[in-house]
Amino acid sequence: MELSALLPILLGIAWLLPLASFTLIVLFGPRMGKHGVGASYLATSAIAIGALCSWFSLFCWFGHYGFKPAEHGAGSQFAAADHAEALTPALSQGEKETATDHESYPRAYTNDLYTLGQFGSLKITISYYIDALTVGMFAMVTLIATCIHFYAIGYMHDELHDVTDHEVTLSDGHHLHRPGRFHRFFQYLSLFCFSMLGLVYAGNIAMVFVFWELVGICSYFLIGFYIERKSASNAANKAFIVNRVGDFGMIIGLMALWGGLGTFAFGDVTDADGKVERGIFSQVRDPANGYALAAPDGMVRSAAFDAVEEIAFEHPGRLMPGAAASEINSRIPSWRADHYGYWLLVIAGVGIFCGCVGKSAQFPLHVWLPDAMEGPTPVSALVHSATMVAAGVYLVGRFLPVFAPEVLLVIAYTGCITLFIAATIAITATDIKRVLAYSTVSQLGYMMLALGVGGWVAGLFHLITHAFFKSLLFMCSGSVIHATHTNEMTKMGGLRKKMPVTAYTMLVGCLAIIGAGIPFLIGFSGYYSKDAIVAQALSFSLANPLHGAVFFYAAVGGAAMTAFYMFRLWYMTFAGPPRDHHIYDHAHESPKIMYRPLIVLAVFAALVGCTVPDWFPALGGLGVQNLLEQARPAGELGEGVLMAGLAYPEEHASHAHSIHVQATVYAFSTALGGFLLATVFYGLRWLNPADVKQQFFPVYNFLLNKWYFDELYDFLFVKPAHFVAFLITFVDRRLIDGFIDNLARWARKLAHFDDLIDRYFVDGLVNLTAAWTYSLGSSLRSLQTGRLRQYVMLIVIGLVALSVLINFASAR
Amino acid sequence: MEPVGISHFMTVGAIMFVCGVVCMATKRNALGVLMGIELVLNGANVNFVALSSDFLTTNPARGLGLDGQFIALFVIVLAAAEAAVALAITLNFYNNHSTVDVDRADELKG
Repeated sequence: MELSALLPILLGIAWLLPLASFTLIVLFGPRMGKHGVGASYLATSAIAIGALCSWFSLFCWFGHYGFKPAEHGAGSQFAAADHAEALTPALSQGEKETATDHESYPRAYTNDLYTLGQFGSLKITISYYIDALTVGMFAMVTLIATCIHFYAIGYMHDELHDVTDHEVTLSDGHHLHRPGRFHRFFQYLSLFCFSMLGLVYAGNIAMVFVFWELVGICSYFLIGFYIERKSASNAANKAFIVNRVGDFGMIIGLMALWGGLGTFAFGDVTDADGKVERGIFSQVRDPANGYALAAPDGMVRSAAFDAVEEIAFEHPGRLMPGAAASEINSRIPSWRADHYGYWLLVIAGVGIFCGCVGKSAQFPLHVWLPDAMEGPTPVSALVHSATMVAAGVYLVGRFLPVFAPEVLLVIAYTGCITLFIAATIAITATDIKRVLAYSTVSQLGYMMLALGVGGWVAGLFHLITHAFFKSLLFMCSGSVIHATHTNEMTKMGGLRKKMPVTAYTMLVGCLAIIGAGIPFLIGFSGYYSKDAIVAQALSFSLANPLHGAVFFYAAVGGAAMTAFYMFRLWYMTFAGPPRDHHIYDHAHESPKIMYRPLIVLAVFAALVGCTVPDWFPALGGLGVQNLLEQARPAGELGEGVLMAGLAYPEEHASHAHSIHVQATVYAFSTALGGFLLATVFYGLRWLNPADVKQQFFPVYNFLLNKWYFDELYDFLFVKPAHFVAFLITFVDRRLIDGFIDNLARWARKLAHFDDLIDRYFVDGLVNLTAAWTYSLGSSLRSLQTGRLRQYVMLIVIGLVALSVLINFASAR
Repeated sequence: MEPVGISHFMTVGAIMFVCGVVCMATKRNALGVLMGIELVLNGANVNFVALSSDFLTTNPARGLGLDGQFIALFVIVLAAAEAAVALAITLNFYNNHSTVDVDRADELKG
């Protein structure tokens, strides 16, 4: 079977199976086995089969394209240009070849599966876009999700029977007692996997947006899983609302893109007639133009609308049809040279990035992520490693060809600020999951920084390695929480002896995240990805000394802080004498179904970053980095137009020996420094952290309060919103309600008056008539004596009287 | 001697009527009252028959044709029906009160 037909089917199955599982659990969840335990088997097998499909498609990809990136694809401009020249005549000859059939670079398969609707030129389709990045993401997401599903079966077993929630006190003073929601948890997990996979599978930005929102709503459901807890429902709301803020920007970006390009599709789509519809990527980076970034015609035209209008006036359509259009088209290159439409491209880029800021918890919208720890730990592991937050980074990676250098600079600064803020907060946090949450934010900052300085492979490589070790770390922390029933690290310590598997898999995770390894030889996964980022930052700073230095020092300083807080976490939890003997005595290793996924993930966290050396037989070159290299967008990132002097070096330049060595030395030595500091304070306890705390009390307090972001937002947004709400309530209560109430009061008074009239006047008349009739009747009843002879006499007398009367009357 | 004319018939009718009324007014026996009623009706009948007779009228144009006779027949039929009902009432009354004295029948007084 052709790869172009096989991959969409395999990945489509992996994508849709969780949806099937979700639907079945929605319909039959509570009836699946005892207390709905069957739901977990269904969801787990769905995602596991999805994982098999994804890995099989990954193998197919390797089988077809090999492990290494194509020779000509190395991003060199000449190769791309040559290739484009080869391409253009082929297209002009009208051959029925699509962009996917060409050995175009990067290799991608894209097509429409189903057209949902076509409104004028707006076409909404379900389509796919599959390249090496898609395949890699699928393999990563499904594998991690499978591990998490298995882990959740163990972690959520409390939900199999009725639950008494000790964190919720009802008004009668009792704790909340509710039925278990085991099946519902797996139902949402399935929907979550479906949404995330759909997002990666999507071939157009509109479909991405739909799944983007689905991921958001799933996270809302899962973070608010313990919905009765005030903190959980608040956290769920916060996550959802903060994401809406970002998504608003994204909608603006979508409008700018569609307005300028008239399409949502990523790649060129060939329809049934063999007509090629050009996608976003080829419009922004025309292959005929050597994949150089240029504002597309539509954007240029709408930006230069003054001149367009003028030309339209000069050429009345009736006299010379088509003259205006050809005139406008002939002027477009000169307008483009004047940078018309470039701003629109920047706005589109920044708008799309806004959505990613919300979803990937970047400054200033990072506040939702730490609060999202209210969800059950498997959710944290899923949301904060492989799925939700990864979506933002993935989209930035996917859209990198569209981003202008100025947008990339914005991305880099955002990532840099996020990285620094989150790392500092993580140093003082004592809640084990919060440390990991801030660490996630910080690592996401790393990825954004990497993408922002042009490190496409570095950023996405870190996304994948981070997904493995961060899900591992979260699941280990969940295992610890499962054993100790507390999140506070200040009550832990010495758990290494009680739960060795958790302790050592977590150690692997910590070593991976700090990028431990033997320099220049071998290391854990984080060693490779972090090195790539630092190297790219260094390479960027050599080209742009003004901005670059900040990025480079942030990356290096972040590495030190990462090492410090991660080992602070590990030492506080697992090393030294226990701090709380009660908790220590009750702690125990988690069941097998929970720690086996940990071992699987630990293996991956350790090894996923490695690339098999070239001399190795058969497998030479196998590695995530080379896989991603195959999907690298073609063309140079270019130089800034609005900001002159902003130049983006090729990512390959960072592999140069001098830069690479320098970066490795910096990254390794700072991480080692952080590690040693943590060892001195928390591992060996030579120095007392409390002393330092006292010495730097204001700083400590500032960090402990998370830079007062929540308070700031409370003051800036929540309080004013409350105030406005208060005013509106006043208007509603006092003015509108008051008006209505008064109307009602008047109506009541009127009705009362009416009632009086009715009761006394109308009823009175009727009663009076009745009374008269009654008294007349009773006065007449004495006439009816019952004596027959008397009646006869009366008749006679009456008769006589009548005849006498008639006589007299007629006589007159 | 004046021939028998309409006034003679009317006199007979009036006498019968008055006798009937007096009978109704004075008799305490229910059967007597019924007999008085018959007299009254028949007194009226005499008048009807006489006034519609072609032989007795001086002005043939004002005669009633046979209408008076028909009305008399109706009255007789009605009188028979009335007598049947009245006798049934009387019998029932007797069963209940062991008398036919109409003065004792004042239970329906107001």
